[in-house]
Amino acid sequence: MADCSVETRDLVKRHGSTAAVDHVSLQIKRGEFFSILGPSGAGKTSVLRLLAGFERPDEGEILIEDRPMTGVPPNRRPVNLVFQSYALFPHLTVFQNIAFGLEMRRLPREEIESRVQAALEMVRLGKQRARYPSQLSGGEQQRVALARALVNRPAVVLLDEPLAALDQQLRQEMQVELKAIQEQVGVTMVCVTHHQEEALTMSDRVAVMDRGRVLQVGRPHEIYDAPVSLFVARFIGLSNELTGSVVTLENGMCGVDPSGLHPSRPIRVRCLYNVALGDRVTVVLRPERVRLSTETRPSGDENVLEARVEKAIYSGHELHYLLRLSDHVLWKARVANGAGDRKRFAAGERVFIRWSADEGVVLRA
Amino acid sequence: MNAPVPSDPITTSVEPGEGVARYPGWLLAPGLCWAVLFFFVPLLIVFAVSFAARGTYGGVVWTFRLANYADLLHPLYFRIFAQSILFAAVTTALCLLLGFPLAYYIARLPRRRQGIWLMLVMIPFWTNFLVRTYAWMFILRTEGVMNRLLIGAGLIDAPIELLYSDGAVVLGLVYGYLPFMVLPLYAAVERLDPALVEAAWDLYASRWSVFRRVVLPLTKPGVIAGCLLVFIPSLGAFITPDLLGGARSMMVGNLIQHEYLVVRDWPLGSALSFVLMGFLIVAMAVYYRVDAGMDRQGSQP
Amino acid sequence: MIRRRVWLQGMSLGNVLFLYLPIAVLVLFSFNASRLSATWQGFTLKWYAALAEDRALLAATWNSLLVAVVSTVLATGLGVAVALGLERLGSRSRRVIEGAMLLPLVVPEIMMGVALMLFFVLIKLPLGLPTVIIGHTAFNLPLVMVIVRARLGKLDPRLEEAASDLGATPWQVFRRVTFPLLRPAVVGAALMAFTVSLDDFIVTFFTAGPGSTTLPLKVYSMIKSGVSPEINALSAILVLVSMGLVGLSLAVQRVSDT
Repeated sequence: MADCSVETRDLVKRHGSTAAVDHVSLQIKRGEFFSILGPSGAGKTSVLRLLAGFERPDEGEILIEDRPMTGVPPNRRPVNLVFQSYALFPHLTVFQNIAFGLEMRRLPREEIESRVQAALEMVRLGKQRARYPSQLSGGEQQRVALARALVNRPAVVLLDEPLAALDQQLRQEMQVELKAIQEQVGVTMVCVTHHQEEALTMSDRVAVMDRGRVLQVGRPHEIYDAPVSLFVARFIGLSNELTGSVVTLENGMCGVDPSGLHPSRPIRVRCLYNVALGDRVTVVLRPERVRLSTETRPSGDENVLEARVEKAIYSGHELHYLLRLSDHVLWKARVANGAGDRKRFAAGERVFIRWSADEGVVLRA
Repeated sequence: MNAPVPSDPITTSVEPGEGVARYPGWLLAPGLCWAVLFFFVPLLIVFAVSFAARGTYGGVVWTFRLANYADLLHPLYFRIFAQSILFAAVTTALCLLLGFPLAYYIARLPRRRQGIWLMLVMIPFWTNFLVRTYAWMFILRTEGVMNRLLIGAGLIDAPIELLYSDGAVVLGLVYGYLPFMVLPLYAAVERLDPALVEAAWDLYASRWSVFRRVVLPLTKPGVIAGCLLVFIPSLGAFITPDLLGGARSMMVGNLIQHEYLVVRDWPLGSALSFVLMGFLIVAMAVYYRVDAGMDRQGSQP
Repeated sequence: MIRRRVWLQGMSLGNVLFLYLPIAVLVLFSFNASRLSATWQGFTLKWYAALAEDRALLAATWNSLLVAVVSTVLATGLGVAVALGLERLGSRSRRVIEGAMLLPLVVPEIMMGVALMLFFVLIKLPLGLPTVIIGHTAFNLPLVMVIVRARLGKLDPRLEEAASDLGATPWQVFRRVTFPLLRPAVVGAALMAFTVSLDDFIVTFFTAGPGSTTLPLKVYSMIKSGVSPEINALSAILVLVSMGLVGLSLAVQRVSDT
């Protein structure tokens, strides 16, 4: 693809007999903020190291800016990696750290000076140029690591769990800042993380990986609202589930008869993927889509289920409800506080859960 | 054979106040007394004797004269000193060249395999130094294995004099002290974060630049420790030049032995010993200063 | 990095081979039937047999063993005591004294040998086995100290605190907790000191008198008389013994690290 900055074709990397990277094919667009998301051991760091050149694939190809990278060592790839531990050279100052890549490429002194200074200012560390990494805070070190990569104007910047070492407050600030810098500079960024909220916040597109395979690639809301598998659904955010079999099927809408529950009519859900009558499926619904009311009758395309409130937990800006639908089914609901007209339910109360058909998703069980 | 243990600085985790009640202070006394009586005092005696005069049949006549030290400026002694320093320096350089790759390789192995390799490196060191030197005598002599191999390979026609030469001495010294270089280097490389090497590589550095700009500066303390641990014993070597060297390969150690036991000029021998000591003290002072400098910065400034 | 690894591995193996090859050659030729030739003439044990007949050699061996045993016992006792006693000091004085005690390991052996010789002559103590023993103890003491202190440093002080908390007196803490944990290091250190004593030449050279020849001294005089397969055989034995002892020492210490 012409506007493709990074492409992997059928990439395979084995560790012993297991495939850490199992036929991964990705196309990352120029200027995109692309996250690879997955639990530890999913193979995402392996993909990053293959892109950077620290490991060679057993099969498959890597192309960066349409140039094949087979056999190209890391120091000749137009790629820079921001390490999880930052890997700042302790014996060099901030300035010297950032200038390192430029020096290795033998750029003239004046150009190095101006580019490093610009990079320092972009990450707001202009005054720290003469300090040593050990004298900086974690957040400052991270910014130096970022500047050190960006100053080389690579085609792609790779980030390995960039925010993992920061505390919550700093983390959220850095998410915003990182994204802002990326947009300002316009460089392609590939970020690896196991933190799904982070991936969803910062990325233009996300790839979800598990055990070496890419399960789904898409924009954050696609991944969240339309996961293609139970694993993705469960990994990204909380999910409420119902298993049952498909009893009706028409116009992209299916009706599911949930096992163990007896609603007045089958649960109506959108069918995004191929489902046939009689299939066993799982209906997935996000907690924030659950509405609680005392009304028993569904209207329009709504689904209604009866439940008993098991717990109501106050959580600052939200109320979290644990709702028991049956012996085997326990759902979570998140209701925002502040809307004055919302009724608060207490533990033990009987309620009716409502949601509309286009808010849930059906997946193969 | 001296048996220095090139390990990390010895510290215990016990804070000063904690151990006080546990071990009685008198435990120190016997060991300290022994060391003082049979090490420090003898050294002081040597120092004193270096200012004395030689008796008619050997022995010491107690006076104070600096002539002994002045005598050392004689070209003959000077040459031997210079040669010793040269040999020791060449040995150190060779040990560094050979030892660094080995240390780097071991340090990058998975932890379990490191122990075996380190043991392999250290064990020859703990065997009899005489035997190890003799081994080279055996191999390098004119009817020895080395000559046989060279002739057999067609590189030379007749056996050449490999033994009793400067080269043989340096070879013997390198062989003897290589393990001393490997251990501190290994410790230093082991402490180096491998991510730093990768980061440098990621930032367009060639392999040589990675070594020169990242690995070397950050392993400097280990390099210096290793060099000192090789240089100091090499300078005072005795067995190696005695067995492997020719008449002109004499080193300070041989000279000292010669003065003491053959010429029986103890004052001169003592002066020689103390000049040797002087070099060592200088070398150690350099080491401590560099080492302290490192601690303050946390790395090389 | 992968291509480089092969080169590095090859070089490292080469280095290690360099360390062992001369010894291997030596041992190999101790079985060579020919006296002088560097070519293989057949397998024989006659050189080893010749050693067994050599009276002077056996006497030297006996001396070596005696010196080694006595100096090891002394050095271990004194060394352990110093290692423990150092715990008492504040960190500054501890560093100074520890550094001073380490000096015998750093100073070239020839200086130690010469200094001891002068010392003994000046106090009119005749050179003989006792003087050799004194010298060996002097350089083995720091060795033991270093090994024991390294182990001491790895001990969790909370173990002793726990024992104390459970009612043990300081002596009991030492006897039931500290010493058992230290024992592998003490044994290892003793084995190390024993080996070093057996192998020592230079200090022994200067502190031995007539009739107190040790094995290394005998080897030296044999070498000075010229290369011979008996020396090969003797060397082979010495090497094997040293390696065995050191291997044992390291194994003992390693066991304790689990």
